[in-house]
Amino acid sequence: MSLATDVTWQSEDLPIETSITPPSGWLDLNLRELWDYRELLYFFVWRDLKVRYKQTAIGALWAIIQPFLTMLVFSLFFGRLAHIPSNGLPHSVFYYSALLPWIYFSGALQHATNTMVENQKVITKVYFPRLLLPMASVTSGLVDVGFGFIVFLGMLVYYGIAPGRAILLLPFFLLLAVLTALGVGLWLSALNAIYRDVRYVVPFLIQFWMFASPVAYPSSLVPERWRWLYGLNPMAGVIEGFRWSLTGTGAPPNAMLAVSTAMVLLLLAGGVIYFQKMEGTIADVV
Amino acid sequence: MSEIVIRAENLGKRYRIGERERYLALRDLLARSASAPLRMLARKPSSSNGNHRNGNGLHAGQSHIWALKETSLEVRRGEVVGLIGRNGAGKSTLLKILSRITKPTTGWAKIHGRVGSLLEVGTGFHSELTGSENIYLSGAILGMSKSEIARKFDEIVAFAEIDKFIDTPVKHYSSGMYLKLAFSVAAHLEPEILLVDEVLAVGDASFQKKCLGKMGQVSREGRTILFVSHNMAAIKALCSRAVWMKEGTVTADGTVADVVDNYLLGTARGACAREWRDPTAAPGNESVRISYIRIISPEGGGQITIDTGVQIEIGFENFRENINLGCTVYVTNSEGIIIFESGHRITSNHDSRCGFYQVTGKIPGHLLNAGRYSVDVVFGKDQRWVLLRIDGVATFEVENAGRGSNMSVAPGVIRPLLSWRHSFSQESLLVKQS
Repeated sequence: MSLATDVTWQSEDLPIETSITPPSGWLDLNLRELWDYRELLYFFVWRDLKVRYKQTAIGALWAIIQPFLTMLVFSLFFGRLAHIPSNGLPHSVFYYSALLPWIYFSGALQHATNTMVENQKVITKVYFPRLLLPMASVTSGLVDVGFGFIVFLGMLVYYGIAPGRAILLLPFFLLLAVLTALGVGLWLSALNAIYRDVRYVVPFLIQFWMFASPVAYPSSLVPERWRWLYGLNPMAGVIEGFRWSLTGTGAPPNAMLAVSTAMVLLLLAGGVIYFQKMEGTIADVV
Repeated sequence: MSEIVIRAENLGKRYRIGERERYLALRDLLARSASAPLRMLARKPSSSNGNHRNGNGLHAGQSHIWALKETSLEVRRGEVVGLIGRNGAGKSTLLKILSRITKPTTGWAKIHGRVGSLLEVGTGFHSELTGSENIYLSGAILGMSKSEIARKFDEIVAFAEIDKFIDTPVKHYSSGMYLKLAFSVAAHLEPEILLVDEVLAVGDASFQKKCLGKMGQVSREGRTILFVSHNMAAIKALCSRAVWMKEGTVTADGTVADVVDNYLLGTARGACAREWRDPTAAPGNESVRISYIRIISPEGGGQITIDTGVQIEIGFENFRENINLGCTVYVTNSEGIIIFESGHRITSNHDSRCGFYQVTGKIPGHLLNAGRYSVDVVFGKDQRWVLLRIDGVATFEVENAGRGSNMSVAPGVIRPLLSWRHSFSQESLLVKQS
């Protein structure tokens, strides 16, 4: 041990006081601690990405193939055969713009649900804010969204569609998608740690949820006066937002979006509270 | 005295029995809530038959165990404390609470300083990732910053002696290489307070030695260490203080030598120790008063077997000056037969002194057969007069040692190891008489 490292060791670690008490039952979200652990969040995301494409032959191409093939199937069945209206857009663009956030969401949700169980070994051996795990699960999927987006840009060029200025709002819709996945994922991951049934429920949940979201159809099919109610499904707001900002077609989903945003915040707050309640003893039950 | 860095007060942790073995399925919950109203109806108003709910909303009929109860502990900066005790004594639970992996059910603790916990080797390792990737991942999970890991990277690789395989996924590593890398990462953790659980129980002897060396180095740097181990040699080598946990709580806390010795006496089968801390309760008279008797294996606290022999240590206080003081023991087997009497002339020139004497006697191996024995002690004067006699002051047990593949107890009062020889011839060896 050299003297130099000793000196840094001392200056690096200012006195920290940790207090250990029984679970208090109410929200004690420590944002400062979460911030201190940001590097670990980065490492969890990095691990997810590294591991996901290790030993795959075509690696990250899967991130492109999955939405692309789904788009082809949707275009064929819903578009060509069922003649579902597509806001006057080419079917492929219409479906792809919705599949981009939807595939992210379903993947992130599944990943988040299993994250506590998958990381059981780490959870029972070392402390870190458990919140990092679902946060990492919903973050790592964003890279796939990036790949998928590049393909989408190619499609826009191919069809000669110019997105309007609404595309500047895309990050907001993306954030909304991330927060929805996190809000629901927090509930499911904590529940799955106790009741393993959850992981069997999630695939169904995702399937139903897709039909309740404007992925395969435009939300204009929903009667105008029920549109806000439809917005209770946060993904409805997210997907319509994506479509609108990416293709510039359709009206901005105002009322629906407001309801969706409120809903996301509610889900997230509930998720954080429930998750925090579980956090202190999750190592005992997982 | 340096400042207190860990302070735990009345820590307790309750587990529901079975909680760790299986997870709850939703159907349990459904079944429970479905039957609850029925049970409410069935319950007699006056009875307390265990079906009612207690204050925590749990059924009183379900059993709980307190893995840890009313445990209080103070550790000062720079102390290296060994936590000892049998399996299930609550050592690991205590470490888990102090490292914040799980929250206590009762009590509280305060810790000053950055805590690092090593409860297993290879925390956070992922088999698909390469050696160098795992160094970063595991390091980060154990609490190192990215720059810290980058700074120590070469050192970690060198310590693990795996530089050739650093870019190979660890799933292709031999278990030895895996351990070395994992420990190397952990060893370069530099928290102010280190909580270590039995990590040294893995790996071959040379690796364990290396780990011990590293731990010793860390402790000399002035870190505070809380170290759980069943390896008493390691505890004695590293720690200055030991805490003995039993049934979820602290039973002894003191210098490492005292606590470890008592622990070994208490756990070694067949051994026996009696101490009279309160002199007024100790057997004695105006001449002598006994303070303790310990009967242990001479090899330091292990089991007493036919091979090991027996060590008897007697401590007493003498009040008679200038006499010829002696101490004799009688060893009696379970059938009441006195096997032998043996004594020690402590003084033979009329020069005994007032104060404390310790007498140690060794019964060699291969003398006593397996069985239970009781010991009488006689303190005497001039080999003739009895000053104090205590019958049945202690008992001990000698474990059997097998003969080849035969594990049964040999008959007989003693079990000597005789030297036998033989010769062979095809002719009759008797001298022919003709």
